Amino acid sequence: MKIKINGEELRTDRRVLSELLEELNIQPGRVAVEVNLKIIRKADYDTHPIMEGDNIEIVNFVGGG
Amino acid sequence: MRAGGAMLEDNFIIRGIEFKSRFWIGTGKYKDFEETARVIEASGADVVTVAVRRVNIIDRNSPNLLDFIDPGKYKILPNTAGCYNVEDAVRYSRLAREAGVSDMIKLEVIGDEKTLFPDTIGLLKATEILAKEGFIVFPYTNDDPIMAKRLEDAGAAAVMPLGAPIGSGLGIRNPYNLKIILESAKVPVIVDAGVGIASDAAVAMELGCDAVLINTAVAGAKEPVLMAEAIKYAVWAGRLAYKAGRIPKKLYATASSPIEGML
Repeated sequence: MKIKINGEELRTDRRVLSELLEELNIQPGRVAVEVNLKIIRKADYDTHPIMEGDNIEIVNFVGGG
Repeated sequence: MRAGGAMLEDNFIIRGIEFKSRFWIGTGKYKDFEETARVIEASGADVVTVAVRRVNIIDRNSPNLLDFIDPGKYKILPNTAGCYNVEDAVRYSRLAREAGVSDMIKLEVIGDEKTLFPDTIGLLKATEILAKEGFIVFPYTNDDPIMAKRLEDAGAAAVMPLGAPIGSGLGIRNPYNLKIILESAKVPVIVDAGVGIASDAAVAMELGCDAVLINTAVAGAKEPVLMAEAIKYAVWAGRLAYKAGRIPKKLYATASSPIEGML
């Protein structure tokens, strides 16, 4: 299915958020994830389904003042 | 209070969190994460600010800032830099909290690209919303004593008035306003932005500010590690001087040596 992550269109066959993060080599502990403008709690990563057309934002901390 | 060792025990508490250093440091604009880590170490800071941005999903092996700053050792204070309205600032704050270090947020609602001055109306609204959600809000504000009170009333844990525009290095442009904020605010006052060099930090601390947050003055110095160390001592010096109490300013001289015993 086609989804959008951080503005980039991607194809994935992963079914839940935790699997998607694993595919992207992202450690869940250090990020926050928003799916269609809704923040997903870390406890729900294992069950939150990935749907066709999802708009996903994954953020982390970078240098800043 | 004694200089040296005792200075290290000059802790202060905000919302139950104990802060061990009055020099808070930003992590933007360093050459690399190794330099960032060396600078933080030299600064003696225990609060480091960070920004919230998209993960690089193209280069998936790019290093992560938190590999270089141990969240167990330092207090990570995320900011909402780059947010120009209440909605974005609240959104970034919630994401920052979910990313998982604490409820603290350095709240910025920027009003204008050229000055990066805060939009204090938006700032007040965002402070209200986030304080109700249990955030420990540190709003970056103008050197305006009335706004500082309003932010305090809205639930800010401290206020962070600017010394001068972000990254300008102009120092403390309005020490008199800061003094009024210090007299009227019940929450801690932390100068954020404007410091250009160590003596500016000392001025802020001599006025009685609880802490200073500095990024560009360190990151932009020729030798950032040295500047971090210099500012560490300036913050200590300013704090000690504040505690010691300055003499009144007078127009005319007062002799330091006795008249008695003169030939």
